[in-house]
Amino acid sequence: MAMITDVLRRPTGYSGVWGWVTTVDHKRIGVLYGVTAFIFFLVGGIEALLLRLQLAGPDGTVLTAAAYNQIMTMHGTTMIFLVVMPLSAAFFNVVIPLMIGARDVAFPRLNAFSYWVFLTGALLLHMSFLVGGPPDAGWFGYANLTEKPFSESGIDFWVLGLQVLGISSMAAAFNFLVTIINMRAPGMSLMRMPLFVWMTMITSFLLVTAFPVLTVGMMLLLFDRLFGTHFYAPAGGGDPVLWQQYFWLFGHPEVYILILPAMGIVSEVLPTFSRKPLFGYRVVVYSGIVIGFLGWMVWSHHMFTVGLGAVVNAVFASTTFLIAVPTGVKIFNWIATLWGGAIQLKAPLYFALGFIAMFIIGGLSGVMHASVPVDTQHQDTYFVVAHFHYVLFGGSIFGLFAGIYYWFPKVTGRLLHDGIGKLHFWLMLLGFNLTFGPMHFLGVAGMPRRIYTYPEEMGWAFWNLVETFGAFMIAASMLVFLFNFFRSLRQGEEAGNDPWDARTLEWSIPSPPPIYNFATIPTVHSRDPWWEEKEKRRGAPVPVAGGSNGEPHQDEGHGIHMPSPSYWPIVVALGLGVMAGGLLVFASVNLISGLIVTLGGGLVAIIGIFGWSLEPASAGPEHG
Amino acid sequence: MQQAGALGHTPEVEHTTTGLNHRKLLMWVFLASDCLFFGTLIATYLLYRGKSTVGPYPHEVFDIPLTSYSAFLLLMSSLTMVLALAAVQRGNAKWGRIWLLATALLGCHFLVNQGWEFSHFVTEGLTPRVNLFGATFFTLTGFHGAHVTLGVFWLTAVVVISLLRPATMSAKNSLNVELVGLYWHFVDIVWIIIFTVVYLLQPAPPLHG
Repeated sequence: MAMITDVLRRPTGYSGVWGWVTTVDHKRIGVLYGVTAFIFFLVGGIEALLLRLQLAGPDGTVLTAAAYNQIMTMHGTTMIFLVVMPLSAAFFNVVIPLMIGARDVAFPRLNAFSYWVFLTGALLLHMSFLVGGPPDAGWFGYANLTEKPFSESGIDFWVLGLQVLGISSMAAAFNFLVTIINMRAPGMSLMRMPLFVWMTMITSFLLVTAFPVLTVGMMLLLFDRLFGTHFYAPAGGGDPVLWQQYFWLFGHPEVYILILPAMGIVSEVLPTFSRKPLFGYRVVVYSGIVIGFLGWMVWSHHMFTVGLGAVVNAVFASTTFLIAVPTGVKIFNWIATLWGGAIQLKAPLYFALGFIAMFIIGGLSGVMHASVPVDTQHQDTYFVVAHFHYVLFGGSIFGLFAGIYYWFPKVTGRLLHDGIGKLHFWLMLLGFNLTFGPMHFLGVAGMPRRIYTYPEEMGWAFWNLVETFGAFMIAASMLVFLFNFFRSLRQGEEAGNDPWDARTLEWSIPSPPPIYNFATIPTVHSRDPWWEEKEKRRGAPVPVAGGSNGEPHQDEGHGIHMPSPSYWPIVVALGLGVMAGGLLVFASVNLISGLIVTLGGGLVAIIGIFGWSLEPASAGPEHG
Repeated sequence: MQQAGALGHTPEVEHTTTGLNHRKLLMWVFLASDCLFFGTLIATYLLYRGKSTVGPYPHEVFDIPLTSYSAFLLLMSSLTMVLALAAVQRGNAKWGRIWLLATALLGCHFLVNQGWEFSHFVTEGLTPRVNLFGATFFTLTGFHGAHVTLGVFWLTAVVVISLLRPATMSAKNSLNVELVGLYWHFVDIVWIIIFTVVYLLQPAPPLHG
């Protein structure tokens, strides 16, 4: 067995490409997540622009009907699974260990594995562009559209890509649950955890419980496609509505998986830039927990028009109205946090305020949909598209940008330019509202979703043109952001440890943090530990910051044992990818070649697992 | 993947917030997640129970005495698993290995029975394709069988590795055995539910049948 671990010599360096490939450092993995997700954000954005170009005027000819369906499906799938989720994961990675005063996550190699599996799944999904065309059944992939007689191989890529992405999300969620439950610095009780840590914990809980439902749902779909079962095929007695049940049973907790991290970020940004503690900390935590539980009890509001019956609809309408309560509570708490604060109008706060305003609009149209008669009118119109873009773009993306502006200096050591950041904000806010605001009007005017073209007589041309204009404005704001990003990497203002005079532990250490994060693990005495520490010291300049000095000493953490880099996570991820690829070969070529590829991938994965488990977490001297 | 970390090296004594070991906590979280996985599969079986439009129907193919024997095997394997952990915690690695192998063998016996049952059903005309009962039955019991198979491999790996690196089965490192035990007991409990729901609570035979 020892041979297996000797096949690949343990990597030791932190530099160069191999340093990144084999890294198990949570900060680096966070950067990998962030950069990859942002690239997919641009891909999904270009897809959105194509859709908008097609719809800019009546009888558009930019895309064919088939291409429109494919691009629409990939836009939705990409933005949800390859942008908002991994971008949130980037913040979990970079920030969580720093916030709870830990040196890394509980399972650093599992963490690297999560990232590489994420990349594998994303590439698998996008390989469909090269082979047989991308999926075209929408991000929700309703049966029967996804059944064999009605679809091409793109659906196989979609199912297997999402299965692989699910493994990544679950592995990451396991890891962060254990990290948050088990690795808090001494004194950091649950009710002293920063809000972002709380929201990450609830998100991870939702991931761990909701994803298995989707896994099974998609497995059954795969069996229908590969083995000719009839789970969702009425021909054999199956019920297509079962797919809807499973998809939304996953899909609604997923909505909160997408928004809770952004809520956590905003709950960190607002107190920092108001120079006040978060108003009603406990209530915000409890409402987060209530949202997590209620998020499980509302899924059928996606299916009001399916015909589940008046009682079912009434129950789910009530739970949906209920979930507005904890959400509203949070909004009032954020506003009360700002009230009377010494507000510092910096770029991160702009985005956080944008989040609150846009999320209120999206939340209000959400409450409208909770009413069954109203929803029956809105179902499948652009009003719904407006609603979920106000919560997912106006909510999640604005919140995530607040996080990017807020923590960029911690990761890189330099500040993003504040003025350019505000320009980015205004362009994005205006573009966003021009794009998605008119969708409310069009929806009420009866324009259906998912149509690839419309005749002039419908009278939808004007607002559609405005929307397309707005979409390009969002694109322009992204160029401004990219310019700011690359400019600030080179010549941004030096950040120092604590550029925002902030409250939580990550600001007590240098930017960028040393690989071991904390030279000595801090002891926490209150809810905003770093703020408290600074309050104690006001007037008396004491250089010690959370146990590490202001100036980074290169050799300070010499005695600290950090987990060593490892090849095995990427090997196992590769094996998994090949296994999924084998099933694709099976689906489109034949059983034998598919089996060979799957077994080959399985072998790689098994070798990887053994190498991984026989390799000590850190290549310290005691292990030889 | 999470079980992978359980096989290897000497865990360092680590301070944790809850006092629970990281790997043990991970295992519990994984099992919680697996509950939802099996929950969805069992729900699928129940939703489609009695909805098959053509046979074979459950009462035509099930062999309750054989399956009861299989259930007995798995229950006994939980007993040997407990004995294995107890032996290792006492520092008796030899009996630890013996009981672990006994557990793996009982698991193998269960799998052989399941293989025999599956092939017997197929000759009776029940396949995943033929009706909803076949589809839901093979999917649910098949995934359970896959869990048992993984467990057998894991048990064997723990024994083999303990022969190469005896320290992995010392009383101090009994967690290596405890983790596979948690997994094994969970898979057994799932079988009790499947046995009850699928085999014992059969739907009434269709009237026209």
